[in-house]
Amino acid sequence: MQVASIHFKRNATAKLNDENLQQALARLQTRFVGGRAAVIGEIAELEETRTAAAAIRDRVLQNLDQWLSHFEQQATARGATVHWAESGADVNRIVAEIAVRHDVRKAAKSKSMVSEECGLNEALEAQGIEVIETDLGEYILQLAHEAPSHIVAPVVHKNREEISDLFAEKHRLPRKTGISELCREAREILRPQFLAADMGISGANFLIAETGSALIVTNEGNGRLVTTLPRVHVAITGIEKVVPTLEDVSTLLRLLPRSATGQSITNYVSILTGNKGAADHDGPEHFHIILVDNGRSSLLGGEMQPMLRCIRCGACMNHCPVYQNIGGHAYGWVYPGPMGSILTPTFVGLENAPDLPNASTLCGACAAVCPVKIPLPDLLRQLREKQMALGMKPWPERAALKLWSWLALHPAAYALTTKIAVRALFLAGGTEGLLHRLPGASGWTDGRDFPAPQGKTFRERYNRAFRENRHGEKRA
Amino acid sequence: MRVGLFFTCLVDAMRPRIGFATISLLEAAGCEVSVPQTQTCCGQPGYNSGDRKTSQALALKFLTEFEGFDYVVTPSGSCASMIRVHYPKLFQDNPAVLARIAPLSLRTYELTDFLLNIAKLENIPGQFRGSLTYHDSCSGLRDLGVQKQPRALLAKMPGVAIQEMQESTTCCGFGGAFSVKFGDLSARMADNKCTHIEAAGTDAIVGGDLGCLLNIEGRLRRRGNHKTQVLHIAEVLADQEGDA
Repeated sequence: MQVASIHFKRNATAKLNDENLQQALARLQTRFVGGRAAVIGEIAELEETRTAAAAIRDRVLQNLDQWLSHFEQQATARGATVHWAESGADVNRIVAEIAVRHDVRKAAKSKSMVSEECGLNEALEAQGIEVIETDLGEYILQLAHEAPSHIVAPVVHKNREEISDLFAEKHRLPRKTGISELCREAREILRPQFLAADMGISGANFLIAETGSALIVTNEGNGRLVTTLPRVHVAITGIEKVVPTLEDVSTLLRLLPRSATGQSITNYVSILTGNKGAADHDGPEHFHIILVDNGRSSLLGGEMQPMLRCIRCGACMNHCPVYQNIGGHAYGWVYPGPMGSILTPTFVGLENAPDLPNASTLCGACAAVCPVKIPLPDLLRQLREKQMALGMKPWPERAALKLWSWLALHPAAYALTTKIAVRALFLAGGTEGLLHRLPGASGWTDGRDFPAPQGKTFRERYNRAFRENRHGEKRA
Repeated sequence: MRVGLFFTCLVDAMRPRIGFATISLLEAAGCEVSVPQTQTCCGQPGYNSGDRKTSQALALKFLTEFEGFDYVVTPSGSCASMIRVHYPKLFQDNPAVLARIAPLSLRTYELTDFLLNIAKLENIPGQFRGSLTYHDSCSGLRDLGVQKQPRALLAKMPGVAIQEMQESTTCCGFGGAFSVKFGDLSARMADNKCTHIEAAGTDAIVGGDLGCLLNIEGRLRRRGNHKTQVLHIAEVLADQEGDA
């Protein structure tokens, strides 16, 4: 996927003024924030479970190479073929090679954000392979030629009216408006595609080292069809998704759906192990698993390593007041919200996404809900420190910081400067006590007044009161 | 007990009365209050902008100014969090400083947390009468667990009726430099907050962090609301008469 994060600021402004989007985003609060709040308490020992989940993920990351080798051995022993992809281009090449080997004309896909990193659909289509997205949200986006705006609810930015229009135009059927009618229409169109597909492509929420399995968590059932009906199944996922045991996965699964969609458990949890055996009635004849690096290993051993704990639940973006107001597209790459503001600069380069680490108030709502306790605000701050160290901050900001830091370290100069500035602002505030415009701070005053100061600083008033007090004592 | 007041750079410049209200509350709670005159800023603006060096220098300055007190109290959740939670992180690689700054961090409190849990203030001197809604500022809430404390203190005031707003724990959009850098986004977040405040329909919106309050006040007034009072919790709790 092309990186457009450099335009974050401009895009965010546009999204603030997009009425359809704003209507659609209003649902985040009830559906996702309210949804999580309603069920997360079912985990009686929530804090301990989050700590345990973080520890499971950390344990893997400390010896990631060994767990991956273990996974490869177990998966291979059960008949799967494991591939290693260093980059997105490698993923596309490997899938294309598998497709050629098995004479694949049509591929049915269930949701995979890693494939978005690679631009897999376009690459396969360029090879003459037809690709059909079968997750309802992803299918809608494929029809609309749009990218997902959320990692769990990819089409959250669209309202029902827009989807009705889109279906009527693309399906050339009478326009429907009811949700169940729209779903039925999509299902009727997709069902034959599963049967006709030569290859199924999925992601994997987890890879289980002890059994060599890929596990997917879905709600629509398309994931099951994609991974069992076609002759060939290709599962594509990041190298960090491996966990040691089924027991470990069960801990993570207590947190994942509750954090993601406010469900105690999703409709389907599929554990895919090996290919179709002689005694099996169904399952793919060929099972390929592609382990994707694409920048992930560069986080190992560094200060960003905790980000690799991420289990892609989306709770951080659901609870982020910035995401809630602009949606996911403004972030300009595959991953939006707080986790995206860390992954995007890390994967595609800080210079290509300079606004993202700064596009946060560091309110901490993300870290408070993260099921694997990723310290997201700390990581954002570390990226800001890196920008500072690399001289990537714009000069007015650097100059302002320099001046502030010098003054803050020189109390006498600080007291004098604030005294003068406060006096000036007080006078500018007039009788109303409000400044409607403030040179150099139009970012503030375009949308807000600036309440004027009281006129004298606390320091001045306190010193005067203190002196008067002392004189009073002397007189008495 | 000897308490050092860290009055914060925003109170210094914008709302000195919050500083005096804080002093009178601490004195009402039986504390001996000192105000070190060389204090400036806790370093948070630099810390959150990626300027770790300056925030370290300001942390050391704070250490020399406040190390001698039994407690340090500040009328701000975000400054208290900077000192309590983040100062020790700044000196992870410097055990000599860490050994001094970690205990000082733990003796540093946000005002309402201190009044309720340490000084155990029973009689609230404030005379405020009317309804109010409380905005939970982010750092105080999520870093320090300040949520029940201000409400418990307000509940001791017979003239006060608390009416909770929707999403009182959602960020108001201030975020320091964020409010200028991403002005329209920040103003939208403030606007959402104002909508919830107006829906609560109270006489006042009260909070514990001046940055948030200036942001909220600025947006309320721009929306044409000149009626809802915007007050710091210290102003409500303290007896304001005769203050500077």
